[in-house]
Amino acid sequence: MSVEIENNKETQNGIKTEQMVLNLGPQHPSTHGVLRLELELEGEIITKVTPHIGYLHRCFEKHAEAMTYPQVVPYTDRMDYLSAMYNEFGYALAVEKLLGIELPERVEYIRVIMGEFQRIASHLVAIGTYGLDIGAFTPFLYCFRDRERILSLFEKTCGARLLYNYIWVGGLSHDLHPDFVREAKEFVKYFKPNIKELNDLLTMNKIFIERTANVGVLPVETAINYGISGPNLRASGLKWDIRKNDPYSVYHKFDFDIPVGKNDIGTVGDSWNRYYIRVLEMEQSLRIIEQALEQIPEGDVTSAIPKRIKPPVGQVYSRVENPKGELGYFIISNGSTSPFRVKVKGPSFVHLGVLNELCKGRMVADVIAILGSIDIVLGEVDR
Amino acid sequence: MKSYFKTAWEALLTVFIGMKVTFKHLFVPAVTIQYPDVKLQLPERERNRLYVNIDDCIGCDQCARACPVSCITIETVKGLPSEDLGKTSGGKKKALWVTKFDIDFAKCCYCQLCVFPCPTECIYMTDVYEFSEYERENLIYDFVTLTPEEREQKKANYARFEAEKAAEKAAAAAAKVAAPKTEENKG
Amino acid sequence: MIYDFFHNLTGSYFIADIIQAILPLFFFILPFALFAVWWERKVSAHMQDRLGPMRVGYHGALQTIADILKLFQKEDIVAKDIDKPLFNLAPVLVFIGSYGVFAAIPFTSAYIGANIDLGVFYIVAVSGLAVAGILMAGWASNNKYSLLGAMRSAAQMVSYEIPTILVIVSIVMITGTLNLNTLSEMQTGHFWNWMILGGPGFGIAKFLFIPFMILGFLIIYISTLAEVNRVPFDIPEAESELVAGYHTEYSGMKFAMFFLAEYANMFAVSAIVAALFFGGYQSPIGYLGNLLNAHWLIPIEQLFWFTAKGLFFVFVQMWLRWTLPRLRVDQLMETCWKYLIPIAFVDLIIVGLITVL
Repeated sequence: MSVEIENNKETQNGIKTEQMVLNLGPQHPSTHGVLRLELELEGEIITKVTPHIGYLHRCFEKHAEAMTYPQVVPYTDRMDYLSAMYNEFGYALAVEKLLGIELPERVEYIRVIMGEFQRIASHLVAIGTYGLDIGAFTPFLYCFRDRERILSLFEKTCGARLLYNYIWVGGLSHDLHPDFVREAKEFVKYFKPNIKELNDLLTMNKIFIERTANVGVLPVETAINYGISGPNLRASGLKWDIRKNDPYSVYHKFDFDIPVGKNDIGTVGDSWNRYYIRVLEMEQSLRIIEQALEQIPEGDVTSAIPKRIKPPVGQVYSRVENPKGELGYFIISNGSTSPFRVKVKGPSFVHLGVLNELCKGRMVADVIAILGSIDIVLGEVDR
Repeated sequence: MKSYFKTAWEALLTVFIGMKVTFKHLFVPAVTIQYPDVKLQLPERERNRLYVNIDDCIGCDQCARACPVSCITIETVKGLPSEDLGKTSGGKKKALWVTKFDIDFAKCCYCQLCVFPCPTECIYMTDVYEFSEYERENLIYDFVTLTPEEREQKKANYARFEAEKAAEKAAAAAAKVAAPKTEENKG
Repeated sequence: MIYDFFHNLTGSYFIADIIQAILPLFFFILPFALFAVWWERKVSAHMQDRLGPMRVGYHGALQTIADILKLFQKEDIVAKDIDKPLFNLAPVLVFIGSYGVFAAIPFTSAYIGANIDLGVFYIVAVSGLAVAGILMAGWASNNKYSLLGAMRSAAQMVSYEIPTILVIVSIVMITGTLNLNTLSEMQTGHFWNWMILGGPGFGIAKFLFIPFMILGFLIIYISTLAEVNRVPFDIPEAESELVAGYHTEYSGMKFAMFFLAEYANMFAVSAIVAALFFGGYQSPIGYLGNLLNAHWLIPIEQLFWFTAKGLFFVFVQMWLRWTLPRLRVDQLMETCWKYLIPIAFVDLIIVGLITVL
């Protein structure tokens, strides 16, 4: 339901109208962190959305210049704090590319398993909070209950629930806990019916579909022009996943599908599709985890960790498929034990740029729905 | 016209399916625990407050250097050759008095990077997580067991020892300068 | 019976009338509102796999009292440029709109607050007072978002009264009376005499009515959900929507009045639906009093059945709240004007035809 906006400010009777500016302030229950949105309204219809960010800037890139390579890993955790394993994974891959070291296979498998569990956890938060924004209170709690089980798996392995410092440059900090494989298989069995329950409760609910289908449609050319990646791009119809198109680690050994947005409920590229892709991705992650748990070899996870990390002079850009999109690390090394520059391409930062395009011509209540479907985390936007 | 009735029917049907899901959950037992009365048993690798066994610490400063937020401050003073500082539990002989070992838990990010470099494994993470304080300064934990007077005494001892050594060296150098002159005078 | 008691006590018809009419307020509704707040928290908790309030009293039973005590001692913050008379009057009107309805609802055969012949008409009229109260609250708050929220809420309540009235008219056509007491008495016997199953009397008409009665019940249930601003129609109260609700500027006791009025309203509409379609205070299986030949037991049993039915519908309202997401404002209006009203109208016409033929 879009409306054409006329730019002339005088109506036929010669009455002047003004655009109203509404501030969706930094403290608001629905803006996934401290984000300030400035909405310019014409009555009930939005003409422009300007996001103001920077409320959570913690100078990650500046800190990285003062720390040694292993010390940067806890800082990378704290960028996108809901998918910390993947941030560490991306950084470790980048530095290992610079160093040119070879990793034991067990390390690669464990990294993939942890990454996929982290993907499920991050998507559970996205789905739960999206339901909460739309007004359904119960799926939020079901999602968090399942996420607790994943976090306790992580806690058994490395000791922390949210910010792990587990995936180090050249290996891992601890080997898997002896019970891990058994508990992970139990979790996979436990979680599959829960996805079906979630679909019954939220995804296929007519009211939810009415609120999110055909809202905030992102055509695929616009998405490519704005640099969107991850589930948002796949919901717009393009089958692009770095795990398949530019494989890293051992992803080429697994058999999984890439879900793409479809037209059956709503249009391709609308909020419902962005939401549904995340549900489908969780199922695919379960497949990867099952296969990895079967194939995992024995080995020593700490054997390849160098004593002193001093990469040769050079630069590298390496990217991974974060649950939110394409996470890229650009590292310049000047030969010392500290990086010269670490630049992070955070997917949430890029996705926030397309908000204006999506919200034009919609009503105020849709802004919340669109913002929730893009799934940003302010820690990654501001770093 | 058909889509009109289809919408109405779908709305009603999905509402009833959703209601069935929540109704089933009424009979699922709660997954939460009543926290202050019941506490969870934490796993063994749990990373909460640090503990330092100061008797094993050899003052090598590796943990302070590994820390990304610089929350560990260590000051050491060399022991006199005549003193016996004891051995660590691994049998190594200690050579340094540790006069200051402060960890500021307000800064600590619980990343565990300090645990790995320690050669004697004297610093490790426990599972204590209920240690809030009213004043921020109370979160600076001091792990050294020497009294302040003892610490001053160690520092003073070493300073005196250094001063004596320096005086001896100066005297020996002066004697060396004086000795060739007398030899030249003789010869 | 109770009326005579008060009349003998005070010696005046007028005072006896008044006391009889406001009795349900203190002995039934206020305790119910306190109970309903606790029950909602427990129901929502158990549906979400958690426990709810557990510390204050046994399983948190005294939690509401603790909350009310807290609200009593809160500072009554008033903004600077508000319209004082309207600001203070608004909660009172909303309160009256909810509680005034109980005077005409039949609790049991021996007691009804005020046996008005135009019972249903009175109920619908008094619920309209709440709309005026909400508009006053929004205007007097001197807050443009409160005003927007109040206007939306008023539009919602007024629109959804129409399907309610249409369904009520269809019931009135079958039974021929507006008096709720008579309506409840007409549904005596067992549960097959209830309106939802075609009403008393036997014949081809009764069976023809059944699908339309069920349809009417669904329509009136949905409309009354919107009247009391419950999910999926709770735009005025939603915290995560952009526009603040009409009661944002209220704090302390005035806020408590809005709050309690909402729960009383929930029970009121549940009671009306039960009285219209499910036999009011009649038991579905016959009376124990009749079995034991203790006729004084019957009114007490009827009170029990009335409360049980009311509580069941309140439970379904809570159940819906924790299951469904929220509708957007224009979708809300679309549901009412494009779906509920035409269907209710068609229902009314068909019921009328069946009654006449």
